[in-house]
Amino acid sequence: MKNCLVVDDSSVIRKVARRILEDLAFETSEAEDGMKALDMCRKEMPSAILLDWNMPVMDGLEFLAQLRREPGGEKPKVVFCTTENDVAHIAKAMRAGADEYIMKPFDREIVEAKFAEVGLI
Amino acid sequence: MTPFEYDYLRGFLKQRSGLVLSNEKQYLIESRLLPVARKASLPSISALVAKMKEPGAGVLCDAVVEAMTTNESFFFRDKVPFEHFTNTMLPAMLDARARDRRLRIWCAAASTGQEPYSLAMCLKEAEARLAGWRIEIIGTDLSNEVLEKARAGVYSQFEVQRGLPINHLLKHFVQNGDTWQISSTLRGMVQYRKLNLLENFSSLGQFDIVFCRNVLIYFDNQTKIDILGRIAKMLPADGFLVLGAAETVVGLTDAFKPMTDKRGLYQTAAAGAAPSTQRYGTTGAATPAPAPTPYTRLATVR
Repeated sequence: MKNCLVVDDSSVIRKVARRILEDLAFETSEAEDGMKALDMCRKEMPSAILLDWNMPVMDGLEFLAQLRREPGGEKPKVVFCTTENDVAHIAKAMRAGADEYIMKPFDREIVEAKFAEVGLI
Repeated sequence: MTPFEYDYLRGFLKQRSGLVLSNEKQYLIESRLLPVARKASLPSISALVAKMKEPGAGVLCDAVVEAMTTNESFFFRDKVPFEHFTNTMLPAMLDARARDRRLRIWCAAASTGQEPYSLAMCLKEAEARLAGWRIEIIGTDLSNEVLEKARAGVYSQFEVQRGLPINHLLKHFVQNGDTWQISSTLRGMVQYRKLNLLENFSSLGQFDIVFCRNVLIYFDNQTKIDILGRIAKMLPADGFLVLGAAETVVGLTDAFKPMTDKRGLYQTAAAGAAPSTQRYGTTGAATPAPAPTPYTRLATVR
């Protein structure tokens, strides 16, 4: 079973995302900031990471940069999921090594389409 | 809505658009037409039907047809047909039309433009192989309202996230607040025309590739057979027809044959006929290399 780490400081978003992902047959785990997510990835790399941008302690972009330098850190498919919806932010995320990008608000169909896009489904 | 009103709407929609509604589609009428009624300040479907029968209800009747026949569309919907386009149809045509360097593509149910623009993006990605080619994409639809949206090429944040890879969004769209407009280059690659598939469409001319997806499902068998037969006349022997994932010609018509291992992809029954029947008079030298693809397999049948 594929597993997806949901990284978002909002527990509501994590819950919504989790429900969608479980419907898509993913095992899920959660982290509320980039630092905690990085710790979890160091223990075990997930297949996918759904990643918020603006979070306390360590934001999504910083997390992504660090993740990609970790051993095995190139493996997880990283899908940003953020309210940042301008070209500059999207381009920056993609250059930093994101695989796909979701602009909030999102729904089940969008998550499904984006995960299919990167070959997770 | 009384059974009488339901029958009236069924008859009206069949005649105006070819749309066939079975006995239990009341829910569909209600979900689609209540907003139309509300917009016209009418309290119910019954009131809407009464108003449609009055003189001067042309605009309202058009709105009813549009609401019933418009369907949500996605970029790269079902994905596979676009892979077939890039990997099967385009290489075959690059070969077969190498002399004339002309390609005509028809999207017969273009709706709000996602399908023709997805094809335009595929062509843009294959640009390097298409230098000097004249490629036309014609998008047609029954509804003026959707065609206006298609021409404008402006999509909501939701619409650009269903099926469209983020890199395509960055490459082919211009952001304007919360909306995204397809680039003027891509808009320039597609022409839109209003067209009812029930009517004669031979004036559109000949095509090499026809996308006719998720529209035949609304017609009865007789109408499907008629439309498929008329499309077949617009395609040369080596042309391609693409139908929706849930559609087929099997058991309907002999005008088209499904291609082996290419779901949703069809060629005319005339595929394999002498090259002289081809529109651009391609010579034998331009026929595809004998690779064991379904394309050439079909071409050598008989």
